[in-house]
Amino acid sequence: MARFLRSDLPIAADPGNRFLPLLVAAMVFLATLALAGALGLQDMTTRWRGAMTGTLTVQVPPVAGESAADTAARVERVVRLMVSLPDVAAASAVADDQLVQMLQPWLGSDVLITDLPVPRLVDVTLKNEAVTGLDAMLARVRDVAPGALIDDHRVWLARLIALADGIRLLAWAILGLVGVATTAAVVYATRSGLAVHRPHIEVLHLIGATDGYVARQFARRALVHGLIGGLSGFILAVPALVGLLILLAPLEGGLVPVLSPVPVHFLGLALLPVFAGAVVMMTAYRTVRRQLARML
Amino acid sequence: MRFDNVSLRYGSGPDVLQDVSFYLDPGSFHFLTGQSGAGKTSLLSLLYLARRPSRGAVQMFGTDVSSAPRDALPALRRRIGVVFQEFRLLDHLSTLDNVALPLRVAGVSESEIQRHVPELLNWVGLSRHLHATPPTLSGGQKQRVAIARAVINRPDLLVADEPTGSVDDRTATRLMHLFMELNRLGTTVLIATHNEGLVRKFPFERLHLEQGQVSVLPPLSGWGTSDGLFSGGSSLSDLEDL
Repeated sequence: MARFLRSDLPIAADPGNRFLPLLVAAMVFLATLALAGALGLQDMTTRWRGAMTGTLTVQVPPVAGESAADTAARVERVVRLMVSLPDVAAASAVADDQLVQMLQPWLGSDVLITDLPVPRLVDVTLKNEAVTGLDAMLARVRDVAPGALIDDHRVWLARLIALADGIRLLAWAILGLVGVATTAAVVYATRSGLAVHRPHIEVLHLIGATDGYVARQFARRALVHGLIGGLSGFILAVPALVGLLILLAPLEGGLVPVLSPVPVHFLGLALLPVFAGAVVMMTAYRTVRRQLARML
Repeated sequence: MRFDNVSLRYGSGPDVLQDVSFYLDPGSFHFLTGQSGAGKTSLLSLLYLARRPSRGAVQMFGTDVSSAPRDALPALRRRIGVVFQEFRLLDHLSTLDNVALPLRVAGVSESEIQRHVPELLNWVGLSRHLHATPPTLSGGQKQRVAIARAVINRPDLLVADEPTGSVDDRTATRLMHLFMELNRLGTTVLIATHNEGLVRKFPFERLHLEQGQVSVLPPLSGWGTSDGLFSGGSSLSDLEDL
């Protein structure tokens, strides 16, 4: 390492050495969270789209004065009808205890579903993502269960996906902003270093040093600072991400799937410190080359 | 090295050098003389490629450096050794590392550097100061470090700007011996000085600068008139006590 960092210029003592790793650490921390959010939302909305196009819910309305057995028989007729349709892969009635669970946030846990005029639900899984003739399907359902409704979740899932897409774009924008801010800070720090070391650089030039020779000395130091800062930021971001996943875990298993860890995403996140080091190094190198090109 | 009608000005100021023309034979030894402010340092800066002329052509080693692309200059500069008036050593580097700079820049291996640099520093009497930094050295020692740096890669041209300006006459004379040793090995040498006493001791032609123009003058002295300075009595190792 000492040989790698050996420099003819006293850049080890530059004031920028103190703040650059700190700044990169903060930026990688933000970038890790933003990238994790963007990748997680990407995965989540993909699964939502699948859920939206591959399932239906049939609502069988209650009939006043009807017995529980009659209601169950009517729901069963709907299930049998749905299973017989060519587009349907599977259909099943949502059990009463599941309905109670869904109503629990509004009505409490002591509710007796049979006492309430709530519609019974039939979950339908389609063979193909897009079903043709939803109106025809609804007409056949109403033959066996007058007043029934078919909800293909399109409206509310579309809104949810739009929201998720918006947040995902925001995450990418934050990533871009982090990249621009980091690059600008490295350019500024490198220019400051160049100004401080200009007399030394002139001597190096006059004894035959190329711009590349000088630039590599700045770039090597920048790479080390970028890696140190990047690793620090990533290490700080890991507990934050784990905390978020713990908070999201209870939501899994609801109506729609939420965030779930994907190994390839973790790999992408783990590469961020390396990427940060490379960006800082390349920025420093190019900045030095560009500045030195103005000298003789 | 050939200057053809070379002029130099700084910004929009007046010409510091005006239509300067001269030619230095390979392996020659010249003094560059002139009053303070005559333009000696400016002329030297053209020779060691710190500047390009405002007008005219400067030929160095067969290349017109006044129009050569910028990326051709480092290779030419590696053939030139420079002793700056104010030494321009890098204070944070050791004596050894300062002298090693031209070799590192040229991509010479560390094993070669560790072999040659201590040898040269020993030659100029600085073997006990390999790891000392310039701020801890005396003026004479710094001067020898600067000279060692200028000659470590056996340059084709050695340019020295007032190299004896901050040392006593005895030391100045001994440093001149070093330059003459190099000259004997084939290096073209140009020494800028306003020390007329020194010039009188050595039988070398003078490029004399006056009002921005150069004239070539004969030596002020010949061999044998230098108080026995070249009788072989002094050696480079005597520099140790400077």
